Amino acid sequence: MSVFEPGSIVEERKDFIHTKGRQKKSLKCDSDSIAGCVSQRACVYCGARVVLNPVTDAVHLVHGPIGCASYTWDIRGSLSSGSELYRNSFSTDLQEEDVIFGGEKKLTAAIDQLVEKYPTKLVFVYATCIVGVIGDDLEAVCKNASLRHGIEVIPVESSGFIGNKAAGYRAACHALLRLINSGVNQDNNKVEKIPMSVNYLGDFNLAGEAWIIQNYLHPLGIKVNTNFTGDSTYRSLKDAPKASLNIIQCAGSMAFLAKEMEEMFGIPYMNISFLGVEDTSGSLLRIAEFFNSHKAVKAAEELINREEEIVKPLIEGYRREFQGKKAAVYVGGGFKAISLIKQFREIGIEVVMVGTQTGRPEEYETISDMVEEGTVVLDDANPTELEKFMMEKEAHLLVGGVKERPLAYKLGIAFIDHNHDRKHPLSGFAGAVNFAGEVYSTLCSPVWKYLK
Amino acid sequence: MKKVNENSCHMCMPMGGIFSFKGVEKSMVILHGSQGCATYMRRHIAEHFNEPVDVASSSLNEKGTIYGGEKNLKQGLDNVIKIYNPKFIGVLTTCLAETIGEDVDRIVSAYLKEKGLVHLSAAAVSTPGYGGSHSEGYLKACHQIVAALAKKSPGHNKINVIVPNISPADIREIKRILNIMGVDFTLFPDYSNTLDQSFVKPYQKMPTGGTKISDIQSMSGAVATVQTVLTAGKQPTAGAYLEKEFGVPLYETPIPLGLENTDIFLNTVKRITGKEIPRSLGEERGRLLDAMIDSHKYNFQGRSILFGDPELVLAAVGVCLENGVFPVVVASGSKNTRLQQLLQPRFNQLNREACFLTGADFVSIREKAVEYKANIAIGSSEGKYLTEKEGIPLVRFGFPIHDRVGGQRLLSVGYNGTAMFLDRITNTLLENKLNNYRRKMYESFYRGENKELIGAELRWKE
Repeated sequence: MSVFEPGSIVEERKDFIHTKGRQKKSLKCDSDSIAGCVSQRACVYCGARVVLNPVTDAVHLVHGPIGCASYTWDIRGSLSSGSELYRNSFSTDLQEEDVIFGGEKKLTAAIDQLVEKYPTKLVFVYATCIVGVIGDDLEAVCKNASLRHGIEVIPVESSGFIGNKAAGYRAACHALLRLINSGVNQDNNKVEKIPMSVNYLGDFNLAGEAWIIQNYLHPLGIKVNTNFTGDSTYRSLKDAPKASLNIIQCAGSMAFLAKEMEEMFGIPYMNISFLGVEDTSGSLLRIAEFFNSHKAVKAAEELINREEEIVKPLIEGYRREFQGKKAAVYVGGGFKAISLIKQFREIGIEVVMVGTQTGRPEEYETISDMVEEGTVVLDDANPTELEKFMMEKEAHLLVGGVKERPLAYKLGIAFIDHNHDRKHPLSGFAGAVNFAGEVYSTLCSPVWKYLK
Repeated sequence: MKKVNENSCHMCMPMGGIFSFKGVEKSMVILHGSQGCATYMRRHIAEHFNEPVDVASSSLNEKGTIYGGEKNLKQGLDNVIKIYNPKFIGVLTTCLAETIGEDVDRIVSAYLKEKGLVHLSAAAVSTPGYGGSHSEGYLKACHQIVAALAKKSPGHNKINVIVPNISPADIREIKRILNIMGVDFTLFPDYSNTLDQSFVKPYQKMPTGGTKISDIQSMSGAVATVQTVLTAGKQPTAGAYLEKEFGVPLYETPIPLGLENTDIFLNTVKRITGKEIPRSLGEERGRLLDAMIDSHKYNFQGRSILFGDPELVLAAVGVCLENGVFPVVVASGSKNTRLQQLLQPRFNQLNREACFLTGADFVSIREKAVEYKANIAIGSSEGKYLTEKEGIPLVRFGFPIHDRVGGQRLLSVGYNGTAMFLDRITNTLLENKLNNYRRKMYESFYRGENKELIGAELRWKE
């Protein structure tokens, strides 16, 4: 067999990597990770958990062994304006005998105990790998518990091995749809719509980002009906069918839900982005224009002018410091990668490598159209590939999550946290300044000069 | 009976196993299971150590789960070898692999044979996530690594030192102490460098460091083993294996953390090797004693709550007891009963009581902390909720420490480390007192809101 080949790319991975300009073919994506390649990706359960966990007043119960719950306890930066229930980590903590004899009884008891202790109207029960294998009837257990307690107990089919993280997004959307739909027995299309109202999909209220956007829409006369799922509650989610428009920030996780809601409740949807000045301004205008309201458009223009006047000189100041710098991006979804490329353009930094964990074909197309010749685009990368391409492309900066940070630092490269656990907002005009400021704080730190 | 774990105080078996393998030179770990396990554990470890932590996965999908994951695991091994060129491979199972009944031992040995990889060693460890906590996973992997590598070898003059999951800084300190004593030793597992690399160019994907494989192989010929693990209970350990298979005498001591425990460790090493404890260590001991005297009155106001890995809790309780920071709640997420058995006599001797919790979660720990009026917590970052919700300050100790930097640099062993650990405890008590006493006194005496004995602060027990 072929043993160690330093710096080489594993054969099975070659179709997942593409250098713009070299060959015109589409990137392979949305398939299982390859064994032994140290993928940066997590699992189905992870995907479901990131989407649903910000529902603040729900009991989030992980049905499985302890690890899955342990590693996800309050590691996200989603904020709540009310209940803090979602910050707990509940697990059935399956033991060997449960695996042998089945975990349904334990799950039933766990739901009963939790519901008694923490009065709630909503329980999400997440399936982990093991539950899929031993075949616990989650559906039946949840249904019974639901009847017994008179609340919603919703199973989330997120066994880790049934796909990748994107399958978890889908599972979460299914769970949300179930919640929204149950009890809506009249003709769904007839739900009375609130004029000038939107559901804001795919914002998890990290560091209060959903609140920032709400504050922008309010002066435009636009009400945020429900936020999915940042700072959401049982009640607010139930009210979702009343919105006149769905706006989607994180398309990777929420596009499916938006399509379903259009079909079920006749709510049209629109992809927007509040990352970077350009996207924020553009999105606000598009939303205002959608409602055909001269007043809203005028208010949007005023708000944009006012904010841009403050923000642009600040960003321009940073931009001058960044001349000739190159960035690499490795994030969860394609939407975020696209926004980041634009944001880097705003601050005068060229992106030389872009990768995602769960990007979709159309997103990779967009990315490929946006970037310069020679930029490396890759799906489901691993530390070896990240290292190789960052070095080859001489990136000065990496954007990524917790696992990528130490790698960047060990390579002597600056780093930006664009993960769920960050504690500062990157959305909206304030977020754009934060972004530039964070780039400055790392790229221009004195520490790098000692590494020469 | 409680059927739900609310805010876990432990992690799963493979997590512990990863640490053991990271303590072997040029070793690489692959988890046999779905992709998420490896990624979650990497994330958890990376955040504590601020180090890249490469752990592969066989990335089992639906097909592999139904028809068996042998093909995936073999492909994974192929790729790990190709990308990392390891000298040693650890294969840890996950819940998934265990439940579908994978015979990992067989797959791995068949694989090595098929590929003719004679230069490569491997150890497969069965670590189902539902089989125990990370503490058990750690000890089990240590046992299996030694069992896989140790061969009958000629006697030599080294001693084996086997340590539980302590910080890289702690491991370095133990090595420093042994070097000062002039002792030849093999310390295992040694992740002091692999999980706390210095900045070097170019970047080393496989960091130098770790116990040498040749040294592990010849642990069988050592004079004796000092294993700083007392809480293993019936679980087989690496030290016990070496004694049973190769007749290496086993000395079990607590982690050398605390005055008494460090004395025990040094005296054990002295007894085995005949080496004197040098004057410089004596001076360090004297300095620790001096520090203990300096801070004893502040410490006496501490009512501590300790949680985490049983072995670490055992040692930290020792420090609390010898400094008057009396433990009121002693908890571990592990279902470990040895901890209480070991500590109970010491509490009896002092005529003190503490609440012991095994298989604990943070909801129960929090309840007891309030009930027993704890005013200081010692343990991992997860204890931050005790601060957030109950105002009990936390001294960060053990793993994981996610909300502060430097978890890997926390030094707590030896006389020097103990002094630093004690300072962290004392200063936390002081900070808490100084931050609150003006308001407290004003409310108690000026506003007369104190319902208890007027002016009484210090009382014997409560």
